[in-house]
Amino acid sequence: MPESINFETEPSKYRHWHLTVDGDRARLDLNVQESEGLRDDYVLKMNSYDLGVDIELADALQRLRFEHPQVKVVILGGVMDRIFCAGANIQMLRSSTHAFKVNFCKFTNETRLYIEDASENSDMRFLCALHGTASGGGYELAMAADKILLVDDRSSAVSFPETPLLGVLPGTGGLTRLVDKRKVRRDRADIFSTIAEGIKGKRAVEWNLVDALAPLSTFDEKVKEFADTMATELPEKSDRVGIALKPITPTANGENLSYKYVDVAIQNDGRVAAITMTLPENATQPETGDAARELGSDWWVLQLFRELDDALLRLRVNRDLVGVITLHTRGSVADALTMDDTLEALKDHWFVNEVRHQIKRVLKRLDLTAKSLFAIADEGSCFAGTFLEILLSADRSYVLNDPDFPVSLGVSQLNGGLYPMSNGITRLETRFLGTPDQVGRILEAAGSFDAETADELGLATSAPDEIDWEDELRVAIEERTCFSPDALTGMEANLRFAGPETMETKIFGRLSAWQNWIFQRPNAVGERGALTCYGTPNRPEYNYQRT
Amino acid sequence: MGINYSEKIPNNVDISSDRRLQRALEKWQPAYLDWWAEMGPTDFNTNEIYLRTAISVDRDGWADFGHVKMPDYRWGIFLTPTDKDKKIGFGDHEGEDVWQEVPGEHRNNLRRLIVTQADTEPASVEQQRLLGHTAPSLYDMRNLFQVNVEEGRHLWAMVYLLHSYFGKDGREEAEELLERRSGNADHPRILSTFNDPVEDWLSFFCFTTFTDRDGKYQLLALAESGFDPLARTCRFMLTEEAHHMFVGQTGVNRVIKRTCEVMIENPQKDVKEYGAIPLEIIQKYINRWASSSVDLFGSEVSSNAATFFAAGLKGRAYEEKNYSEHGALDQGYNIEEWDGNRLSKNEVPLRNAMNEVLRSDYHADNVKQTVLWNKTTSSFGIDFEFTIPHRRFNRRIGMYAEGFFTPEGDPISEEEFNQNKGKWLPTEEDEAFVKSLMVKCHEPGKFAGWIAAPSKGINDQSVDFDYVRL
Repeated sequence: MPESINFETEPSKYRHWHLTVDGDRARLDLNVQESEGLRDDYVLKMNSYDLGVDIELADALQRLRFEHPQVKVVILGGVMDRIFCAGANIQMLRSSTHAFKVNFCKFTNETRLYIEDASENSDMRFLCALHGTASGGGYELAMAADKILLVDDRSSAVSFPETPLLGVLPGTGGLTRLVDKRKVRRDRADIFSTIAEGIKGKRAVEWNLVDALAPLSTFDEKVKEFADTMATELPEKSDRVGIALKPITPTANGENLSYKYVDVAIQNDGRVAAITMTLPENATQPETGDAARELGSDWWVLQLFRELDDALLRLRVNRDLVGVITLHTRGSVADALTMDDTLEALKDHWFVNEVRHQIKRVLKRLDLTAKSLFAIADEGSCFAGTFLEILLSADRSYVLNDPDFPVSLGVSQLNGGLYPMSNGITRLETRFLGTPDQVGRILEAAGSFDAETADELGLATSAPDEIDWEDELRVAIEERTCFSPDALTGMEANLRFAGPETMETKIFGRLSAWQNWIFQRPNAVGERGALTCYGTPNRPEYNYQRT
Repeated sequence: MGINYSEKIPNNVDISSDRRLQRALEKWQPAYLDWWAEMGPTDFNTNEIYLRTAISVDRDGWADFGHVKMPDYRWGIFLTPTDKDKKIGFGDHEGEDVWQEVPGEHRNNLRRLIVTQADTEPASVEQQRLLGHTAPSLYDMRNLFQVNVEEGRHLWAMVYLLHSYFGKDGREEAEELLERRSGNADHPRILSTFNDPVEDWLSFFCFTTFTDRDGKYQLLALAESGFDPLARTCRFMLTEEAHHMFVGQTGVNRVIKRTCEVMIENPQKDVKEYGAIPLEIIQKYINRWASSSVDLFGSEVSSNAATFFAAGLKGRAYEEKNYSEHGALDQGYNIEEWDGNRLSKNEVPLRNAMNEVLRSDYHADNVKQTVLWNKTTSSFGIDFEFTIPHRRFNRRIGMYAEGFFTPEGDPISEEEFNQNKGKWLPTEEDEAFVKSLMVKCHEPGKFAGWIAAPSKGINDQSVDFDYVRL
């Protein structure tokens, strides 16, 4: 594994994906370079992917939304003969640590959800054009698209070989999307998930595994026809002019990372990371959507959340010993709330809309980060409006409540619905599931309020005064770093997502509960486990006891 | 139901009392005949052809000769007789009783193996469908049709397995075997070599020498299978496959012989002027077909190959006879790995190298074929030696497909390959020339000018026998 994985890329650096944009159409073609994986102990055969491949996909999706907003239909396709994608690379999974596997799966899941998010919120539709077989993660990727077109050459199929061949599950939401999104009948889904070679042709359509078939000789024309039809549902977008997403590159200072608005400080012998978000002083607000667009990726709120996103990804993948993230803000509550007013006033502009959804996605990434999150509202902090969401995302919030050291927090109408969690409801609604009236009371408190009020409103887990402050924090953090990290991950995930289930919560919940459990079991990764044996001369030997 | 199956379909699988098989064949057989009419040899279906038909598994029963119209050919189903105490001969199940029914665990893999093998059988008939029109003699025309009807029978044999052992899925796969078509833009045959048309007779002889020999080695490996019906089916198919290779090897040899005759009669002249095919062009055709056939064995290092061997589904050629240890576990196999820049020796687990093991046996067998051809040139005192290209040459599948190699197997640049391509593989000009010679010669005992007569006829008949009644 390279010492640290970098999530920053751009189309000219892509090795595995090819992005082309032509008017309101875009194509994303997968052409994995076998020997250019992130590590050199595996070969990415048959368009199989590793994290590096998915980092490019995630980047391309971001750029489609921000840089090519005029695009209506994105065609996901490939260039390899008869194969669209064989899914996650098995050798890579086998030789990765458990922690890496889990974070890899989590990232790929987030990326698949970004496809669905773009479809839902950016007037952009995705058509997966399967000119060849899509197996495992390849089909999971296809299922993230709005429509799937499969070539009818009597050979190409869609398949989930995980259970029959590898003794694991399709870990990127495959089973959930099969029955929840595509609504495949459960018994058919059962058959499909146990046939390694998959299902092709008419039956694939009949079972709704794909939306339509297209003959090999006229495949490209059919893809175009399909895309044309999908485009007609969408509003005119040709007047939208994209921005350039500038690179997000932190400077490293020892173990610490510094961005323009975000700093990451590694503390407590590498067990704790403090993330500090600093709002700019006296930043002028754009008056119009076009003025915001002119600022582009330099608009501080967009840049800040892109930096936070990058920091979270690096902490997840490169810093597995960090168990606690303390979340800090610096700036004025008034500035934070003014920012929210702008985001709300200009929401009809495509660019501002994209910024709002970008913030939403980063906040979800924070919710889904398997580290203990403690928000620290101390003097000078500004957990208000959009930034209050960061405090609400945390497992615990510590608010300094001392008249000599005034701390302000604040609420804006954006806390009322703009940033739903994976469970489809807001962080406030999730927090006050048992006392829903409380949500209204907090939203009515629009504007800023002091620590005492915040505590009364139920926003503080603990609100010590200055005398107790430091010691209480120190003890809480030290205690937290001593619990079993596995138990904490499970406990936090259970507690964070109260309330309704959505496809998203099911995907992540089942990834954590089932897939990660199976990934650890001897039947998968033991000496004669299926994942261990795949591709070797040995066949798996199972312990047939059901749990 | 009114069909007398045993009469129409010679068999030793007791069709008349097998309701499952009858039901399946009722639907499939008419579809097969439609396929034959549409995709089998063009024309000549009303002509009587001197064909051999397998009517039983007795010593002489597999070769019953007589004049018959192709659509009336009695495509039969035969399995080599069962050996009651047969044990699985290799892999993790070595020593256990062979399976008479498909084990659930291996159902999908077995079906895949059978479908892939089955798909090549009708494919070759489709590839060769136009050749009858340019047959260089009635003798050759008859051989072509013999090969075609037997490939058709091999399809039957595989379909029998799908129908009898794989339920509804098997029946659907059997239907799709008739739906995929060689070179079809919408649903081509599974393996790419079987989608290139065979448009001239030199290609046909090369195809039957090299591509059918791939078939032989696949059948040899499947004849070892722990799934007994598959093993027995393949063993019977091998007896027929031998004739196809005979047609190929002697066919190429007769082309060589004719060229040598013309060279001796007209020294210092270009044989092309006399309507013979230069030895260099023959070598290029050999290079093309030998290399594309080598591809059919799949990747050098293969998870599937390891699984098939471990599970006892597909063994090595002559597993029982040629090997003393049949587990093939904890053993290595040396492969010259190509990493994009250079070759280096690398040991891989033997089970994963089973494709390569089979390919090596095949390659060695190909090399043996040149002995006859070189004997012919030297009998004329002509200094020309035919060779089989190295397995790395001109590959489209496997690790060597990533690089460029000479027929001797030495790595070269893409540029160098393209510069020399015309020396190693048929050029458009070569193909046009060979095609220009393809004119029919339909008089009994007469042969086209580019090919010598065979030394003897079929089934002890004379060379001028009316093999095809036009």
